[in-house]
Amino acid sequence: MRVHVDREKCVGHGRCYALAPQVFEPDDLGNAEEIGDGSVPPELEAKARLAAANCPEMAVIITDDNATDDNATDDAGATTA
Amino acid sequence: MTIDEHSSTRVTDWATDFDHTDPTWAADPYPIWDELRSTCPVAHSERYGGVWLPTRHQEIAEIAYDTDLFSSQSILVNETRPLTPAPMGIAPPISSDPPFHQGARRLLLPAFTPRAISLIEPFTRAYCEKLVEELRGQDTVDAAQAYSQHIPVRVIAEMLGFPHKDADDFRRFVTHVIEHVDAPEEERFEGFMELFNYLQAQIDDHIENPRDDLTSYLLAAEMDGEPLDPDHVIGTIALLLLAGIDTTWSAIGASIWHLADHPEDRARLVADPSLIPTAIEEFLRAYAPVTMARLVKDDMEWNGCPMKKDDWVLLPFPSANRDPEMFDDADQVIIDREVNRHAAFGLGIHRCAGSHLARMELRVALEVWLAAFPEFSLADPDSVTWSGGQVRGPRSLPLTIG
Repeated sequence: MRVHVDREKCVGHGRCYALAPQVFEPDDLGNAEEIGDGSVPPELEAKARLAAANCPEMAVIITDDNATDDNATDDAGATTA
Repeated sequence: MTIDEHSSTRVTDWATDFDHTDPTWAADPYPIWDELRSTCPVAHSERYGGVWLPTRHQEIAEIAYDTDLFSSQSILVNETRPLTPAPMGIAPPISSDPPFHQGARRLLLPAFTPRAISLIEPFTRAYCEKLVEELRGQDTVDAAQAYSQHIPVRVIAEMLGFPHKDADDFRRFVTHVIEHVDAPEEERFEGFMELFNYLQAQIDDHIENPRDDLTSYLLAAEMDGEPLDPDHVIGTIALLLLAGIDTTWSAIGASIWHLADHPEDRARLVADPSLIPTAIEEFLRAYAPVTMARLVKDDMEWNGCPMKKDDWVLLPFPSANRDPEMFDDADQVIIDREVNRHAAFGLGIHRCAGSHLARMELRVALEVWLAAFPEFSLADPDSVTWSGGQVRGPRSLPLTIG
């Protein structure tokens, strides 16, 4: 699994780095970045999905390793229509 | 009928004549929004010179994101349109539009990152502990007036480097600017002058005696290589003083109100304080205090609505947070809700710059309160009062703590 913060959408709510601090970190303004290249070890996948599901701006993009680009999801979206 | 007389009359039809300062809205706005969401998702009122009211998450988000069509130059609905010219507005960056907005916001954000805010947490905790010590031993206390309201006032005074003894003045400024939007124009002007005269005296003192606080930080700050315009400095300080007080007071009070009325939630947080950060996100969703506003930039038809230049648009984020299209069991308060994309701090480029400060204050206030008073209940549910307008929270909250 890989995560990416869309810098055009992120405005610094900080939910992702609060919920998954091993996967996301704030920059000097409090906006979020993925740590390193955004790869998520299996034991942190649930936290990364939780972080994505709590972004008010839908700015966290999750790509599953075995998915093609067409199947990339923009969130763990349990409730969004 | 004059505009003033019209605004003071009670609302009978929320779809065509709503007023966000109506006592019915203050007491319980949720049924109003629920009804509008399903029957008239963008309501309109002739009050205040014309106001639109979207109630679904989708339209509220769309307007918050659209800074081309909607201006932030004034964000408190009242009878007058902004006196301060664009692009800065009276209190940058909340009252600024792009491109000025970005620079004004960037210079402020480093002082409000979670790391920067963590430095003020020990002060906040010590102050909350002092407040609860003063309340111990009493049977009944007003958690809004004797606890919640003091915390953000004291914390922002500390951050700005203002005298703690002026706290009562700050609360008066706040009430005047934010809660008395329906006061006559001359009275509102006098209130603004009193606030700005006070701030100017504090700024002059900081120019003479620079120190390590937010006021001196802003006085030394640069934008595009130039020092800030004096109007910019005083406007931003006014914003910092005003924006964080009513709002955070409301969030703390609403959370305590919920816990007073839901013993099972209270017992759970007392037994497991590590759940508090998750619970406060749910309190922020369900009882979001802040409704923002925008001004329509030009005549246009928007989603079928004939909007006119300088019409107001209210952005009731607490209504977005109760939209069943966006949230499962939107009307239920679920303190361990896992998926929670709430918009309590707004959406888009004007996301509340103080959100990390507000979260810290809310968490610390609840941690200290619950540790001191694990058992409490509403002394008299009928005596709880709520502020109306664009910042909603308990203003009287008598609790039995003995």
